[in-house]
Parts: sequence; C-alpha cells; structure tokens
Amino acid sequence: MTILIDNKTKVKESLQPKGFLRYFSFSLDHKVIGIQYLVCGFLFYLVGGTLASAIRIELISPLSDFLPRDVYNQVLTLHGTIMIFLWIVPVVNGAFGNYLIPFYVGARDMAFPRLNAVAFWLIPPSGLMLIASYFIEGAAQSGWTAYPPLSITTPQSGQIIWILSVLLLGGSSIFGGINFIVTILKLRRPGLKLMNLPMYCWAMLGTSILVVLSTPVLAGTLILLSFDIVAHTGFFNPALGGNVVVYQHLFWFYSHPAVYIMVLPAFGLVSEILPIHCRKPLFGYTTMVFSIMGIVVLGLVVWAHHMFTSGTPPWMRLFFTIATAFIAVPTGIKFFNWVATMWGGKISLNSAMLFSCGFIINFVFGGITGVALAQVPFDIHVHDTYFVVAHFHYIVYGGSVFVIFSSIYHWYPKVVGKILNENLGYLHFALTFIGFNLCFAPQHWLGLNGMPRRVAEYDPQFQFVNQISSIGALLMAISTIPFLINIFISFKKGKIAGNNPWNGLTPEWLTTSPPPVENWEGEAPLVNEPYGYGKDYLSCK
Amino acid sequence: MLNKSYYLIPIISIIIGISFWIGFSVNLLPEEASINAPIYDELFKILFIIGLILFIGMTALVIYSLFKFRKKEGEFGDGIALEGNLSLEIIWTVIPSIIVLFVGIYSYNIYDRMGGMNELNHNHANMNANDEKIWAGISQGNNSNSGLGETAIEVSAMQFAFLFNYPQGEFISGELHVPVDQEISIKMESKDVIHAFWIPEFRIKQDIIPGQPTILNFTPTRIGKYPIICAELCGPYHGGMRASIIVEDKSDYEKWFNQNNKTNL
Repeated sequence: MTILIDNKTKVKESLQPKGFLRYFSFSLDHKVIGIQYLVCGFLFYLVGGTLASAIRIELISPLSDFLPRDVYNQVLTLHGTIMIFLWIVPVVNGAFGNYLIPFYVGARDMAFPRLNAVAFWLIPPSGLMLIASYFIEGAAQSGWTAYPPLSITTPQSGQIIWILSVLLLGGSSIFGGINFIVTILKLRRPGLKLMNLPMYCWAMLGTSILVVLSTPVLAGTLILLSFDIVAHTGFFNPALGGNVVVYQHLFWFYSHPAVYIMVLPAFGLVSEILPIHCRKPLFGYTTMVFSIMGIVVLGLVVWAHHMFTSGTPPWMRLFFTIATAFIAVPTGIKFFNWVATMWGGKISLNSAMLFSCGFIINFVFGGITGVALAQVPFDIHVHDTYFVVAHFHYIVYGGSVFVIFSSIYHWYPKVVGKILNENLGYLHFALTFIGFNLCFAPQHWLGLNGMPRRVAEYDPQFQFVNQISSIGALLMAISTIPFLINIFISFKKGKIAGNNPWNGLTPEWLTTSPPPVENWEGEAPLVNEPYGYGKDYLSCK
Repeated sequence: MLNKSYYLIPIISIIIGISFWIGFSVNLLPEEASINAPIYDELFKILFIIGLILFIGMTALVIYSLFKFRKKEGEFGDGIALEGNLSLEIIWTVIPSIIVLFVGIYSYNIYDRMGGMNELNHNHANMNANDEKIWAGISQGNNSNSGLGETAIEVSAMQFAFLFNYPQGEFISGELHVPVDQEISIKMESKDVIHAFWIPEFRIKQDIIPGQPTILNFTPTRIGKYPIICAELCGPYHGGMRASIIVEDKSDYEKWFNQNNKTNL
C-alpha cells in the first residue's frame, strides 16, 4: 500500500546545498521547506502587523488625518490579504504540516517533494508582487473581499496584481493540499493505522480536503473578475448585465472554508501540544476525528452567512443560519475534550501551554460571538461593523496566531536543538494576551453602537474606545520584540534541548534534535499510541 | 469526575446567576427607536446571557484545571491514562446541540416578528417580464406584501451620498424625513457600487445593490435625528458616507412635506 520515495529523489537530495544556505535553495527536504514557510510567513506577518498599526494609528482620532483616504483603503486591503494568504494559511498548513506530517506518518519526506518545493517558492514572489503593486498605481483598495463593482472601478493595476498574486497563492495552497492528502493516505509506514495517527494528521486531512474542494472556486471567480476588469466582460458588472451577488456567493464559497483552513490545523496543533504538557492522553480521540470531519462537511455549506444583508431570499438566510450555528457542536466537542485532557493531568505551565490556554479562552469567546452572528436578525444589525472585525480577529488571531506561537515554543527545541527562554516567553504571552484583548474586546461595543468597519473616520463619541483599542494594538506590536529576542538569543545561547525535552511520544520526538535528513537513522518507529501517557512507555525505554 | 458532580451544582448556579445579573444590568446597545429595536434587544439579551454562561464556565474550567492540576516542583510521571468517557462525550454533544437548536428556533421567531420571513414580491410564477423584481429586504406588517405601497420612498445611493426621492411630492431630499409610529417602506437602488443602509438605533441594515433593487420596511417609534450609515466599503470616502433620518410627529412631517411638495405648484 505504501509508496516509497524512489532512489532518484534520494540522489537529488544529496546534491542539495548544506548548512544555512539550504534554506535559500530549492530544497526538497520537507523539514527545510517547513522552516522556509514559517520564516517567510513570519516576515509577511511583520509587514501585515505594520499595516495594522497604521490602521490603529489612523483610528486614534475621529478624523481621517494620518493616511490619505485611498492609501488607507489600500492598507486595509493589504493587511487582510497578507495576514490570511501569506501568514496564517501558509504557516498553519505549509510550515507545520510540512515539518510534522512526514514524521507522523513515518515517512522520510512528503509524497511529492518537488511539488512541495514549487508550492513554497510560489509564495515569496507573489507576496512581493502584492506589496510592490503599491508602488505602481497603488495597491488594490477594495478590501480583501474585492467585491465588484468597487473592484472593477478602482485603479486597475493594483487590483489585477492582487488577483494574480491571490491566484498564485491559491495554486500554492492546492499543491500543498494534494500533497498532504496523498502523504497521509498513502505514505503511512506499514502497520500504522489511520485511527492511530496523531490528531494533527486528521486536521490536515480535513483542511486539505477543504483546500482542494474550495480554492479552485475562488480561482475561477477571480479569473472572471479579472476579465471584467481588463476585457470589460460583464460577469459581475451590473452596467453590462452582470450580477454582483453571484460574485459574493462564489467568493464566500472559498472564503468561509478558508476560516477552517486557518483554524482546523490550529486545532490539530493544540491537540498535539496539550497531551504532552498535561502528561495525559488526548481525551476522546474518536469524537475528535468525527468532529473535524463534521466541521469539514458543515464548513462547505455555510458560506451565505456572510451575505445576510445582500440580496438573499428569506429561506436561504434561514438555512445558512441553522447550518452555521450547528458548527458550534463539533467545535464545542473539541473544546470539552481539550479541557478534559487537562483535567487530572500533571500540567507544566510553560510558554507553549500558556499560549494554548490563551487560544482556548479566546476561541471560546470568538465562537460564542460567531454563533450569535449566525443568527440572521442579530447579524442584520452588526454585519459589516466593528463587531464582525472583533469576532474574526478572536478567531484568526486569538485562535490561529496564538496556536502558531504555542507551536513555535513547543517545536523550536526539535528544530533547533535548543529550548526557548521561558521568562521571555512569559513576557511575550502576557503582552500578547493583554494587548490582544485590549485591542479587540472593545471593538464589539463599537460595532453594536454604530461604527462600521473599513472606515478612516468615525463619530467623536467612539474616540475613547478606539484609543483603548489602539493601546492594545501597541502592546501587541511590542510583544513581538521579546519573541524575536528570544528566538535569536536561544539560537546562540539557549539550553541544549536533547532529543526529547518534553518527554513526548509522538514520532518526531523519537529522533535526534535537529532530525537527520532522512528523519530517522534507521527505520521509522511504529507509534500506535501517540498519546499513551500514564502508561509507563517512557520509563520502559 | 462524575461521582463528584454534586459539587458542580452550586458552581453552575453561581455562574448562571452572575451571567443573568450582567445580562440584565449591562446595556451594550444604542437607543431603541423602531419597533424592531426592542425585539432585537430581546434576542441580544438572551444570546448575551447564554454566551456569558458558556464563556465564564469554560474560562473558569480552564483556569481551575491549570491551577489544580499543575505539576508540583520536582514531580515526575504522568497523569491518569484516561482516554475518553462515552457518557461525558455524549453529554457535551447533546447539550450544545440543544442550545444551538433553541437559539436557532428562537432567532427564527425573532426574525419572523421583524418581518424577515414575509414574502417580498417573490411570486415569480405570475410575474410579467416588465414587473420589477425585488431581490431582498425586510418587510414588516401585514399590509406590505408588495413591499412597495404608494408611500414608498426611493433611496438612491452613490459614491458618497444618499438621496431620498419622495415620489408623491416629486421632490428629492438629502435627509430622510419620516413620520413617527407609521410604517415606512423604502426602495433602494445604487447608482454605482454596493452600499448599505444602516440605522443603528433601528437595528436594521440592507445592502444597496446596483442593478438589484432592495426594500426595507420599518416603523420608527421615537422622535429624533438618527444617523444613516453606509456599512459596505464603497471607496475612499466610505467613512464619510452618512445621512440623517429625522423622525417627527405627523404634523411636523406634513408641514415639511408640504413645504417641499412640488405637485402643489
């Protein structure tokens, strides 16, 4: 059943550059590609974060006085696009998926190493192209949603470059998705059953199914949009008989699953991190697997909840309300299972664990506002307001980004061989958690009371709350400093980690830190109980 | 865990009590100025209380576990090898399902009371090609099945302004004047890009879509001046795209209407 990597690939592997240079090469090693994804994603995160700071500076005062108005719209468009397509999606999927999945299935590399490298190398040029569009005629300024007719009537070059760059990033995502599906299903070590895989494999399987099913729809939609812009076709242009609401349906058919593409892998990563630091098996493995697959199925049929105030008939609004609200059930199961994993454990409260717990609390909050937003009558008032902005930042930042940081603290010792400094980690967590909640919690109130999203000016009565929010954003910006210091100092002077600093049982901990090119010196170990804590596996060795 | 569950009863009661107290004493919403607003606020209050119970409960559980089960200094070894508990897992599948179902049915009821489930003129089978098709909106009350009575005010939105056309008086105004306690029907169409018509104090919003007229019916209940806000990104001056709705008593409204009325001339 399993496919072995052919010998030619291995020969090519030995011709790869060695040392630090390999991170700048067309490397076929899944571990190198994973790190390339992570570092590249983090650099774009810094760009996106700078843009976010510009938005929060503009909103300190009620007048549009910091950025020119059209530049402000470019900034918010680039912020959204960069954070989604160049930071969270590539990192939770590409970075951790590439690094961990071959270990988890007991393979020496991904199923298609060259496709894997192509998928990564599509990202830096499309990201740079996107940013460079600012210096031509200005970047796209119709939001990351690019709704026509606005996207057809704003300056063309920025919008077209935006479309090209999202198409390339979508292509990269599809290549990655195919690779993960094949690797998980076909490259498993003999004897390793699907139901014995670490949970992150299931999360990546579900995510990759979503990627492969929904990303092509976005690609098709954006190609039609580009025809409308350059060739003056009338697919979405009402002046030529097109229908703008159809674009919204097609766009959200991808872009709602995109939320799960950003968050399901994060669920998987947390499911790896919690059992190790709580010294307990993952609670309810089977229900976790079913709830992931339940989210995948439901996630595909909820898109129109983004369009409750667009032109949608009443019955459609009702169907999407019920479907959306029901996603809370499988998501709730996962949360209760995580808490039950902590219950009765022996918890080490380190930075990885803190960020994971921060994630649980933030995500519960974002999930609750999400169920409220799914209700049509509720949504009609707060749609396109700061309430929605606050809600989805609780999901994508409070959720996914917290998990990314947690995972960096957790796997840094494996990748580098040294442990990150815990005190700097605590400082990083405290600044991020306080800053994040200070920034986004007040925005719920702003939305409820009449502040729409994507504005550079607002009513003076909202100034105080906006200033609080901006102070939170400042703390979040500052929180990056101890993190970066930690990464560099620990790289030079960090405590040596050893092969298995957390006494983990998942396969990546059963090799050296950092792992050899072939992942294991000998044969890949058969791990049938990746969460067998409390069963004396480690003392037996 | 289950055999100690009697501890949970007072704790859960306290959490529910606190949530109700916060839910009833904290008002996060602006003034109520239409008959939709109190209905909306009722839904908000229920969702707010359920949300608080779940959030406080989950957060307390996470923080309690972190302290209670923290590894002591110098302690090694693992926790209990508990891999699952079917009855617990069934409980936390069934309870959220019930809550979600309740919220769904309840919000359907609210939506129906707001007029959301009323037919627009969606009777496509009997439509002539020339009949205007209304794509979406909320219509309120029983006598507004067409959604476009004689009293309909036509709203046209453009970058970056709203214009209000009163067909009976054949005049156009930059402010929306309406009489209090009377059902108003507006028909909206955009001249360029997508805009949205939002009055926070009325708790209503509807996109204004080029090429697809939408309607909105509402009944203001409080005299005053409220903002009309564009909520859909529509270009550089989106943040400045505002207008006002002036709700006045019937005589004031009629006075204003007659001052502007061009059919009298």
